[in-house]
Amino acid sequence: MPRTWMMIDGNEAAASVAHRLSEIIAIYPITPSTSMGELADAWSASGRPNLWGTAPLVIEMQSEGGAAGAIHGALQTGALATTFTASQGLLLMIPNMYKIAGELTPVVFHVAARSLAAQGLSIFGDHSDVMAARATGLAMLSSSCVQEAHDLAAVAHAATLAARVPFIHFFDGFRTSHEINKIEQLTDDDLRALIDDDLVRAHRARALSPDHPFIRGTAQNPDVYFQARETVNPYYLACPEIVQSAMNTLAGLTGRQYHLFEYAGAPDAERVIVIMGSGAETARATARYLSERGAKVGVVTVHLYRPFSVQHFIQALPPTVRSIAVLDRTKEPGSAGEPLYLDVVAALAEGRVQGFASYEGFPRVIGGRYGLSSKEFTPAMVQGIYDELGKTEPKNHFTIGITDDVTHTSLTYDPAFSIEEDETVRCVFWGLGSDGTVGANKNSIKIIGEGTNNYAQGYFVYDSKKSGSVTTSHLRFGPHPIQAPYLIDQANFVACHQFSFLERLDVLKQAKYGGIFLLNCAFGPDEVWPRLPVEVQRTILEKRLRFYVIDADRVARETGMGGRVNTIMQTCFFAISGVLPRDEAIEAIKQSIKKTYGKRGEAVVQRNFQAVDQTLAHLCEVNVAAAQAEAHAAIPPANGAARSQSMVGVPLPVLTRRPAVPAEAPAFVRDVLGPMIVGEGDSLPVSALPADGTYPSGTARWEKRNIADEIPVWEPDLCIQCGKCAFVCPHAVIREKVYDAAALEGAPDSFVAVDARFKEFPGMKYTLQVSPEDCTSCGLCVEVCPAKDKSQVGRKAINMAPQPPIRERERVNWDFFLTLPEIERAKLNTAAVKDTQLLQPLFEFSGACSGCGETPYLKLMTQLFGDRALVANATGCSSIYGGNLPTTPWSCNIEGRGPAWANSLFEDNAEFGLGMRVTLDKQGEYARELITALAEHIGQGLASDILHAGQSGEVAIMAQRERIARLKTMLLHLEDQAAPEIAAKARQLLSVADTLLKRSVWIVGGDGWAYDIGFGGLDHVLALGRNVNILVLDTEVYSNTGGQASKSTPRAAVAKFAARGKSTPKKDLGMLAMAYGNVYVARVAMGASDQQTLRAFLDAEAYEGPSLIIAYSHCIAHGIDMRKGLDQQRLAVQSGYWPLYRYNPALAEEGKNPLIIDSKAPSIPLEQYAYNETRYRMLVQSDPVRAAALMHEAQQDVQAHWQRYHDMAAVLEEEATSTP
Amino acid sequence: MPDLTTTYLGLALKNPLVASASPLSRNLDTVRRLEEAGIAAIVTYSLFEEEITHESLQLDYYLELGAHSYAESLSYFPDLDTYSVGPERYLEHVARLKAAVSIPVIGSLNGVSSGGWIEYAQRIEDAGADALELNIYYLPASLDLTASELEISYLNLVRDVRAEISIPIAVKLSPYFTALPNFARQLVEAGADGLVLFNRFYQPDFDLDALSVTPNLQLSDSNELRLRLRWIAMLYGRIEADFALTGGAHTGQDIVKAMMAGASVAMTASELLAHGVKRASSMLAELGEWMVDHEYDSISQLRGCMSQRAVAEPAAFERANYLKVLGSFPATLR
Repeated sequence: MPRTWMMIDGNEAAASVAHRLSEIIAIYPITPSTSMGELADAWSASGRPNLWGTAPLVIEMQSEGGAAGAIHGALQTGALATTFTASQGLLLMIPNMYKIAGELTPVVFHVAARSLAAQGLSIFGDHSDVMAARATGLAMLSSSCVQEAHDLAAVAHAATLAARVPFIHFFDGFRTSHEINKIEQLTDDDLRALIDDDLVRAHRARALSPDHPFIRGTAQNPDVYFQARETVNPYYLACPEIVQSAMNTLAGLTGRQYHLFEYAGAPDAERVIVIMGSGAETARATARYLSERGAKVGVVTVHLYRPFSVQHFIQALPPTVRSIAVLDRTKEPGSAGEPLYLDVVAALAEGRVQGFASYEGFPRVIGGRYGLSSKEFTPAMVQGIYDELGKTEPKNHFTIGITDDVTHTSLTYDPAFSIEEDETVRCVFWGLGSDGTVGANKNSIKIIGEGTNNYAQGYFVYDSKKSGSVTTSHLRFGPHPIQAPYLIDQANFVACHQFSFLERLDVLKQAKYGGIFLLNCAFGPDEVWPRLPVEVQRTILEKRLRFYVIDADRVARETGMGGRVNTIMQTCFFAISGVLPRDEAIEAIKQSIKKTYGKRGEAVVQRNFQAVDQTLAHLCEVNVAAAQAEAHAAIPPANGAARSQSMVGVPLPVLTRRPAVPAEAPAFVRDVLGPMIVGEGDSLPVSALPADGTYPSGTARWEKRNIADEIPVWEPDLCIQCGKCAFVCPHAVIREKVYDAAALEGAPDSFVAVDARFKEFPGMKYTLQVSPEDCTSCGLCVEVCPAKDKSQVGRKAINMAPQPPIRERERVNWDFFLTLPEIERAKLNTAAVKDTQLLQPLFEFSGACSGCGETPYLKLMTQLFGDRALVANATGCSSIYGGNLPTTPWSCNIEGRGPAWANSLFEDNAEFGLGMRVTLDKQGEYARELITALAEHIGQGLASDILHAGQSGEVAIMAQRERIARLKTMLLHLEDQAAPEIAAKARQLLSVADTLLKRSVWIVGGDGWAYDIGFGGLDHVLALGRNVNILVLDTEVYSNTGGQASKSTPRAAVAKFAARGKSTPKKDLGMLAMAYGNVYVARVAMGASDQQTLRAFLDAEAYEGPSLIIAYSHCIAHGIDMRKGLDQQRLAVQSGYWPLYRYNPALAEEGKNPLIIDSKAPSIPLEQYAYNETRYRMLVQSDPVRAAALMHEAQQDVQAHWQRYHDMAAVLEEEATSTP
Repeated sequence: MPDLTTTYLGLALKNPLVASASPLSRNLDTVRRLEEAGIAAIVTYSLFEEEITHESLQLDYYLELGAHSYAESLSYFPDLDTYSVGPERYLEHVARLKAAVSIPVIGSLNGVSSGGWIEYAQRIEDAGADALELNIYYLPASLDLTASELEISYLNLVRDVRAEISIPIAVKLSPYFTALPNFARQLVEAGADGLVLFNRFYQPDFDLDALSVTPNLQLSDSNELRLRLRWIAMLYGRIEADFALTGGAHTGQDIVKAMMAGASVAMTASELLAHGVKRASSMLAELGEWMVDHEYDSISQLRGCMSQRAVAEPAAFERANYLKVLGSFPATLR
């Protein structure tokens, strides 16, 4: 079987081997390893066989801990098993890994290595996770690039069978895992040559079987545990040679020879870097470059890190070595050095004693950290390290790639140093998440890599927001293999697919002198120049760029492509770059379109073909010199560039680049978050960042993203001031205020105020204001608006209108609106939806998807309870849009109060929130004890009031706040004046006095957390009976990792890991919670009933015990028009799929029925709801027979479910009425 | 028992009752029961080219929505191996229908592009359909499109389809043509073997509470028969085509009227959707009883007996604005 060359990423490279060499694959989604599981699942679903002719069984577990347990069991019963994971997932596997290793069980864990959550979570790559697993006894094999991820995956599977030592095979997450590179694929024959079937049978023979039973997993005592632990030594001693032998076999098959420790560079190198992972590839390429120019430098790449073979390591070093820098991509605070460094130091010492060394003396060794969380690691840094090694007193425990101005660990280097070959073409594309740029570039680089003789590489960078996100694609191609796992900084070709980027980002930063700039814009070649920000004009001139424009949006519109300019820009790229002759390029693009989209139907293919065919007629080169001459305007100097002219009638662009944040922003926002916003966060020194991961609240308001094409515009003449638009707004950009007319003094002319239509506020004014620069254009507000113009029913009290022409006007209005006073909370009827929207949201402008179904619930919570809330947030979408830098949405009111938010992990969130609760309870108790003790000093009246105050409702809360303030004043006095014993108590009470105010603890997360990985903890927290409010934002899939099935996923819906449609019904979490009897449980869907939702939030918070709100959250992963999300919620309820209810144990105590069903019996078929959603519909399109069968069962589920609730309500009613 | 056989589009049918294009044909079991109930042929539900295109674009749109945008979720759906977004599902269904019953199966096609019309017509023929009904309903909303341009485009597509397939073709029309007789003749000249009069479609309705437009399609009743009777009666014998009456046939007497006007078959769906497929047998029984009662031996004896050419008062069909004839007078002045 001939080998093929393919363009794939590291995850696919590893998974393609793992799938072929396994029988059981247990999976759980975690970035950046998820796609390995997805691919394995998809391959098995389509029947792709393993090496032995049968499709592996792929099983999704409830957590990585579960996956490891399942793997352990599978291995014990003789399966060839594997799993894929990363980061915290790997940590959850560690207990089983010790067992698996202790039992000498062959298995490979493929890990896309990723940072661990410490001062902050990071989804990006380093070795923190694998290093945390290095003591488990698993062998650790490291791959540096995509080809190695493929080859060494096979080596790991082969070696584990022979060695009986289990393996971690790892490569760098969000570099190797996601880099597309050209590799030669191993054939099944290659794998057969590597895998010894006798060893497979031997593994099976060791399995548990009642036919030859034995015991494994005993408990051992002081007498033998130690000795037993030492029994495995021979296996570990043999392991390195076994790995090398597998590497040699692979070399015999493919010509690619690997070693446990791979040396590259000058044979007589004096300065050597020791490194593993993708950084090794950079170091190798740099060492080669430098040594070819006479430098005596080299690199040892570590492949087999555990078991660490001292002998092999020492032998890999050149005899001339004098100094060594060991680079660790992890941080072990407080250690004598990072792990690899310590291993190398130990190895050098042992090597010297054992006499392995060929070099003289003991080389100088320094250790350094690099590349944490996918921080760039470049040839310039490698050169900087070699320079350091050349010094007489090189810095030890250094860092590279950052500026450490606190403990001064960082090395300096010359960032301009580059080793890129001229023959390699480098291209950077700026796109918007929704415009298809990345997808098209993945296709482009595959066309180049697979359709030409070029080597090629593609890597893609995304931003931290889920809506309006900026992407950059980095493509390299050329005649030599591309070994550059770092971003492009000198691009021959830069394309900007969105004109608006020019306004805020330096898109030409990477453009090389004499390069090409392609811009998608509405302006023709003769009119574009004066519309460019001066910074862009200047760069084009200074770098002498060739400049092309195309109105891709117009071509997209005219060919029915909507907002997707991908195919058009792709065609331009091929046309300009000349990588292929034009006709050939167009043919290749069309073939790629056919391949990518063909199975979605001919219409899609034809539409893309049309876009391709119509592109070139619209592509024009700009005569820069002529345009500049015609502009007659000297380019303003770089410093002090001002708006040169106002473009009447041309809303965009402003003519100078906008600052990241306004000048009036707080210093931290301006100086620290600002650079992050414009992609300059790498430049921030250590001192700029908080030492403990603590960041200010409410910073999202400073990041004006302007991502909306259209924004809602208020029509006060039609508005009935119902508040529904503000209620549903996912981004809190629609606000309402009621205020005295006097407050309007100084209002801008365009500011609109009308008489308030609130019976509580006669004679006051009312304004509904939209924040134009924070809106994401989702349109939910318009959909929910009930007020229509009687003469023109399409016009509502709120309508979408293009943003650019009204941006400035509304920005001024918004700024004025913010200065209007907030209404006094105590005056509002918070049980009415209308009134709640006069409460200030303390969750605003998140980076959630446009039209997100989760965020309105969070916003409501903050409006009702935010000024006294603590939030424990499970990892997932809500922790990402809630806590992803640079800016975060949790904010505070004018008094500085707001939700205190923290994210611990994914699996532990209920426990995390419980910890908050018990602290408040304990400290509150202590505070009450102290008040009692100090009563005579603070006054019996105040003490008694504080101790016995009811805190139900805003009025009572305000009264208690006031009492506590008085108390604290008194305590300050006592602290100074009273006797020492009293003063000490006063001091104690001061520090816990705030807990005397009723605090609202919210435990928030998605269904992946609540139904799956965190269910055990959630269940326990419910059982403990403490006063916590648990909000489950139920999207029915793992939304954050891309739509994998959870136990909340409904029957008949397709999800990843349930590609054939989920065959089991959704878990009824509410019913499980109700079974405790003392848990408040509500099921809500604000699109079906905002009033019921509000009621549930108020009830839950008021209930002095655990509360669980399960909130229907429509999601982009449902495959719906997000604008219709609320309609879908309504249909879900009407169909009976999502009955609304509230189960309140407090009612039972009052002798009432605790279960109130708030929705009517099913009135429409399930299909009428479900088939509006791609997740259900795609099963009809892929497997109509199964779809029909599952839908039939799902409809039966609905009936049974409804009946169950109905019966339960009836029984409870009976019990309630019969209670004396 | 009178002879109920008839021929339509060259197909010999055991009686003139045909199930018209409707959801009735979606379920194989229903179709089998229709055959048992005596239905002589079945027209399948329509293959809508526009729907295929829409499904395909919609699938693509939602599979791409949000993809390649955020690092943790580069897509939201599994990439399945195949999607049935082309006409395959429909074509397979036609083939299954053919295998399931012995009565003729007539395919039905509604296209939007000339390529689509021809390709899908061929594939319906290949799938085993005995004839093809072209459902050429298109709502001309453009202010620029003239009546003659629209008619020409219809004629061209009938001509194109005729050139590509060999099974008989019927054209299902809407009643909204300025000069229906002339257009009907041109359709026949372009290759239509039969005309199906008339199509019924979704019509907008207003929801007065929600102030919204709610398109709906209600089941027909016998009142709708008269429009069909008029035009079939007026065209019968004047152009070389078979006629199918569709819309308003609910009773045996309605079938009798259809035959008398000149139709070869009467098509029904509403009556069967409302009262179940067994209603077909009672309609046929009513037809037979009426014929026995009124001493008609065969359908052919009935056909066209009340057509415009056959009645004593042909002008009755042309009265539109006044009911009472002012009085007869000789055609020429004496």
